[in-house]
Amino acid sequence: MSTVDVAVVEKPKAETSRAWTAGRVIGICVLALYVLIAYFLLRMIVVNYDPEFVGKYLPRMVGGLWITVQLCTTAIILGALIAFPMSLARTHHNPVIRGLSFGYVYFFRGTPLLAQAFLVYYGAGQFRPVLQDMGLWGFFRDAYNCALFTFTLNTAAYQAEILRGAISNVHKGQWEGAHALGLGKVVTYIKIILPQAFITALRPFGNEIIFLIKGSAVASIITVFDLMGETKLAYSRSYDFQVYLWAAIMYLAMVEALRRCWDKLEARLTRHLKRTED
Amino acid sequence: MEELIGLLAWGKEGWGDELATGAWLTIRLAVATLPFGLFLGFMLALARRSDEPELVAAANVFVTVFRGLPELLTILIIYIGLDLLINEVVQLVSTERWELSKFVSGMVALGIVNASFSSEVILGALKAIPAGQVEAARSMGMSRFYTWLFVVLPQLIRHALPGLGNLWLLLLKETALISVIALDDLLRQTNIVVGATKEPFFFYSITCLIYLFFALASSVVLGGAERWANRGQER
Repeated sequence: MSTVDVAVVEKPKAETSRAWTAGRVIGICVLALYVLIAYFLLRMIVVNYDPEFVGKYLPRMVGGLWITVQLCTTAIILGALIAFPMSLARTHHNPVIRGLSFGYVYFFRGTPLLAQAFLVYYGAGQFRPVLQDMGLWGFFRDAYNCALFTFTLNTAAYQAEILRGAISNVHKGQWEGAHALGLGKVVTYIKIILPQAFITALRPFGNEIIFLIKGSAVASIITVFDLMGETKLAYSRSYDFQVYLWAAIMYLAMVEALRRCWDKLEARLTRHLKRTED
Repeated sequence: MEELIGLLAWGKEGWGDELATGAWLTIRLAVATLPFGLFLGFMLALARRSDEPELVAAANVFVTVFRGLPELLTILIIYIGLDLLINEVVQLVSTERWELSKFVSGMVALGIVNASFSSEVILGALKAIPAGQVEAARSMGMSRFYTWLFVVLPQLIRHALPGLGNLWLLLLKETALISVIALDDLLRQTNIVVGATKEPFFFYSITCLIYLFFALASSVVLGGAERWANRGQER
């Protein structure tokens, strides 16, 4: 045992003195600044700690977090259902269908999500008699449904574009090869083209989910009490800045967790494409 | 329909001029934010590919935080937090309160977000330039500065332009969020107009069309810029 210990101790240190380059100094300074900011923020939370305050607002914010998760999950799933036919329509041989789907995608990708939400939420109010006749007023009266409606249409446009790009990225030889083997168009599409397109679409699709989670904060402006809505409510009642910090931590945790899971998922699904040694 | 078109008139009885001032502020905000965001993004990209682990860590923390936060939250945190911070410091020397301009805090918030994303794009573009390019230029006796200016930068622009163009379109849309801190941009002006006219559907549609027009005009300019950057490439 002792010989091993000696060996470890006598091992020369690889880097005893690293040069103090400008980059290193700046890096350390910035890191020190982060520590300073973190210290002040933590102190703010600790000094202002009030069990009553935390007990009052934290559960509400966790409830808001749950609304955000619900809103995003539903919008992503419903959006995917619209996105698939939409991506087919984007490459349809009929110019009318192609033009309409292009207009839809261009509109939702080219305008701010907030403006779209206003258009749906306040615009629906203007058409109340019409919507009542159609029996849809019950749906559009609720801000949550308006947000869900907007987010679904918005993410459908982005997803359609991702899917269209991924499908057109699949090599033409794949179609030809399948045709030469006597496979029909539908079978080729489902069994050969789509699986390869999904792999290409995986990363942009993950980014789109993250964008929607971040974008869903605008629901708070049309009076949905999602995480952001609850945070703003708590701030307007208490004028305590720390509620924004809690919200920031919750959003960051959500986005980072998703991003890491997605990286793992992607590594798993593309493991057959990786070379073992480079 | 004629009545609605009449509402868009200029001057006292119409609302066209109100929308135009809002649109002008949106453009000013986006154009003012862009250089700030690009410069910071460029610095972040350089920091992230440096050899010093401290610098890399510092830049990565920054990018991770501001890429993950909702833009709306970033705007509120900067607007409220920066104001708190500045007044904390100001109160050490004077008793007066220092008012932070809404335009500047909006610019800082959007610029920080834009920088985090553009650092990714620039980092990718720098990686796309083969190391041999720099080595060849250096071995021909070009100075580091000349190598950078005449060999790296033109290729960097070519690789980064599509990504940065997308970020510009994103920035244009994100300026709409600035209306929450009561800066009179296009969307907030529309809210005011809607409050007065009770015609939400018409005016929000017009606003969306204005944003679409901005996006369209930008794509035309960006397309031209990309053709210019790619002029030496073989088709």
